[in-house]
Amino acid sequence: MAATPAAFRTRLSQTARSCPWRAEDAAVITLTLNGERRTFDGDPDMPLLWVLRDRLELTGTKYGCGLGLCGACTVHVGGQATRSCQTPMRVLDGQTVTTIEGLAAAGHEHPLQTAWKAHNVPQCGYCQSGQIMQAAALLASTPRPSDADIDAHMAGNLCRCGTYQRIRAAIKSAAAGRNA
Amino acid sequence: MNATPTLSRRIFLGYSFSAGALLIGTRLIPGELLAQTVAPGAGPLWQAGVYLGIDVDGSVAILAHRSEMGTGIRTSLPMIVAEELEADWARVRIVQAIGDTKYGSQNTDGSCSISNFYDAMRVAGASARTMLEQAAAAEWKVPVAEVAARNHVVVHTPSGRTLEFGRIVTAAAKLPVPDPKALRFKAAADYRIVGKTVAITDLDDLVHGKGTFGIDARMPGMVYAAIARPPVLGSTATRVDDAAAKQVAGVQTVVRLTEATPPYVFKALGGAAVIADSSWSALKGRDALKVDWSESPHAGFESTAFRRTLLDTVHAPGKALRTVGNVDAAFTAGGRTHEASYYTAMLAHAPMEPPAAVAEFRDGKVVTWAATQNPQAVQDAVAEALGIKKEDVTCHVTLLGGGFGRKSKPDYVVEAALLSKQVGKPVKIVWSREDDLQFDYFHAPAAQYLKAAIGADGLPTALLMRTAFPPIGSLWKAEEEYGGWQANQGWTEIPYPLANLRVENGPAPAHTRIGWLRSVASIHHAYAVQGFTDELAALAKADRVDYLLKLIGAPRVIDFGAEGMPGWKADDEKHRFDTARLRRVIELVAERSNWANQKSGNRRGFGIAAHWSFLSYIAAVVEVEVSEAGEVTIPRVDFVVDAGTIINPDRVVSQFEGAAVFGTSLALMGEMTAKDGRIQQSNFNGYQVARMNQAPRLTNVHLVASTAPPAGVGEPGVPVIAPAICNAVFAATGQRIRELPIAAQLKGRA
Repeated sequence: MAATPAAFRTRLSQTARSCPWRAEDAAVITLTLNGERRTFDGDPDMPLLWVLRDRLELTGTKYGCGLGLCGACTVHVGGQATRSCQTPMRVLDGQTVTTIEGLAAAGHEHPLQTAWKAHNVPQCGYCQSGQIMQAAALLASTPRPSDADIDAHMAGNLCRCGTYQRIRAAIKSAAAGRNA
Repeated sequence: MNATPTLSRRIFLGYSFSAGALLIGTRLIPGELLAQTVAPGAGPLWQAGVYLGIDVDGSVAILAHRSEMGTGIRTSLPMIVAEELEADWARVRIVQAIGDTKYGSQNTDGSCSISNFYDAMRVAGASARTMLEQAAAAEWKVPVAEVAARNHVVVHTPSGRTLEFGRIVTAAAKLPVPDPKALRFKAAADYRIVGKTVAITDLDDLVHGKGTFGIDARMPGMVYAAIARPPVLGSTATRVDDAAAKQVAGVQTVVRLTEATPPYVFKALGGAAVIADSSWSALKGRDALKVDWSESPHAGFESTAFRRTLLDTVHAPGKALRTVGNVDAAFTAGGRTHEASYYTAMLAHAPMEPPAAVAEFRDGKVVTWAATQNPQAVQDAVAEALGIKKEDVTCHVTLLGGGFGRKSKPDYVVEAALLSKQVGKPVKIVWSREDDLQFDYFHAPAAQYLKAAIGADGLPTALLMRTAFPPIGSLWKAEEEYGGWQANQGWTEIPYPLANLRVENGPAPAHTRIGWLRSVASIHHAYAVQGFTDELAALAKADRVDYLLKLIGAPRVIDFGAEGMPGWKADDEKHRFDTARLRRVIELVAERSNWANQKSGNRRGFGIAAHWSFLSYIAAVVEVEVSEAGEVTIPRVDFVVDAGTIINPDRVVSQFEGAAVFGTSLALMGEMTAKDGRIQQSNFNGYQVARMNQAPRLTNVHLVASTAPPAGVGEPGVPVIAPAICNAVFAATGQRIRELPIAAQLKGRA
């Protein structure tokens, strides 16, 4: 687990005076992130992606397109695979968020992460956090997915290196409880 | 907000060696050895100018001086050192080098990291192993011939006594470095690391989100910057209204960057930069800028018209690059002829991580952490832009979230450094996907024309080939219109021994920055050559594999100089083009794909293509299905690869699996266009790349066992895919596709 600052506060609040709308809009947002309760009082329009990356230094979640077209920024919100670049902080009050850093409990590994290693899936590795988070949501709802299930569920996650064949194999391995 | 230097220390920070450590390095030129022993309290490894260090606790550090963008090079080069060292791979740690000419070229492109550094890595490992063996023999007072290093210990063979590397490294470090010509290298049969599949060193980090890429790099006190760049190459900001941008929460200031003038090389493009306290605020602020731009001479650049211009160009004589016999006489002799034109669209690199860097200018020096394929080019470009010395630019190399050639061009690092100087803080430059696609160094749109005279046996008796595309050379010389080395790639270096051959290159001006994209001009040249070959085979009603083998002819090592290419020099053994190896991969891919028993037709078809590039011999058979709606799917790709000696087989296989997807993207859907000089695509909705459901379902990769010198693997898989797909489409539907991408060409016609 990457170290995270103790307080989930941002410097954005220091600039509130220059933003007339902030005074009425600066409600504190409370959520559970990777099992820990956090509060946020910054710009409620700021996408979760940038709060994770720039404020909390949880950089496992990646930027790829900013429009929900590539899946690199995928996290779980309430257990659902969610594009963090399209998720403003304002909708997260009371929600539970899980990132790649919190996918498995400390000292443990999600079966997909083990399978990913067994199949040597990553090339550059940049998109793989999002791929794994997307796949984890699939297995949570569909423990034994077919090839068609996998394609349909994973089609929103781009990999420019072209690791799709191994991603599919790794998902099936993890689903079958074998990791080779 | 804590602001700590959070770059992964484990990956990036070198460590001090203890007194008595051994540090070994080799220069680029094999045979010239550089070794240094380091005084107590020596600095980090990279200061020592070496590739390899062994500490007194036996731990081994190997320096990775090339950039990791997904090929596995950060693991593969150290594997070679560890093999010759007889190291225990589990006790090897890999340290990423900063940019420094002492390591030789660090420009990680051209698929040449292994081929250019294989010998240097072996010499580094074998030199250290030899010194350890000598030190152990001296300690035991036995002849050195009685000892041998084995898995991190030196063994006295007659007695079975052993000494750990760490125990004797201090003594070994005092010995003279052996003459590389006298080194004994391991026999390939004894390899325990090289040729075996080794997991990449970053694998565990990457599946846990812990890899540190350029976009993840941080410096204490840094700010974020997003730039409004000239939307048409050559325009300048005539008015910047930053009032709204400065109202955006988190925006600190807006500064101007002088627009670049030709030649563009790796200069920052310039424009107006929004400085903010987060990526989000910088991007939002940038979107709020109102900028007026001046007219540019490139404002007339329009893709449809430019396509027409390129096709017109190749229908007129160009500059002759290679001449054998007399094609004109053959064409006027009255026999059968066949001609065709090909076109391929402009492409963007679109690595999943956009260009990314953080830089700090302080006290006349720059320190940067960058996702770069070429840290020495970063030093050069930053030094030139800031008027400082190259030695005063320190470039740390992060992991790269894909590169494909884009991150060889360090314009984005220059932006970060220039902005840091202006604002007096470290600056992280933020490139959105829109920035990445609109301000790329594009793969050039290209056109070809081919005309053949066909003999009674169906084989060509004469071949005229013309190509035109804006060249990469325009980066350095804006008015350059000829392709230079790119015209040779897969074009002038066509391997068919024809009695009459003329290869030409026509002029094409650049209206954008043009760059090298994975496999470069082999993309369009292999497409045209292998497509046209399939056309000739179809006219001859010949089996495609047989026809291709006949065209390549009897096995030979090609001397292009003797075959009509002036100025071509026979190169060393490593770089020669041996058509026996090309024939072999074609024969093998026919076997592996069960070519002889595959039946094309009824919207299902098989296509073959073969190509030599980056010293490797590649053939692929692609199976396609074309739906009634004209959608192409690819159930299977079979690759056969002769890339010489293989270091890490699984990473080679993965490069070809990836090349099948990369080739599918550019064949089926990849296209960048311009109107009024502006790029029209801005994200993955406009510029499409293959998704899981569009990529080949199954890619099989067969590596030919070889002891030939190692050749390239990152790029050579790409060129064969598009022609093999289109040849398969012809087999499936009878429709010949001569332009890429296929896009909607098959809709309503299949």
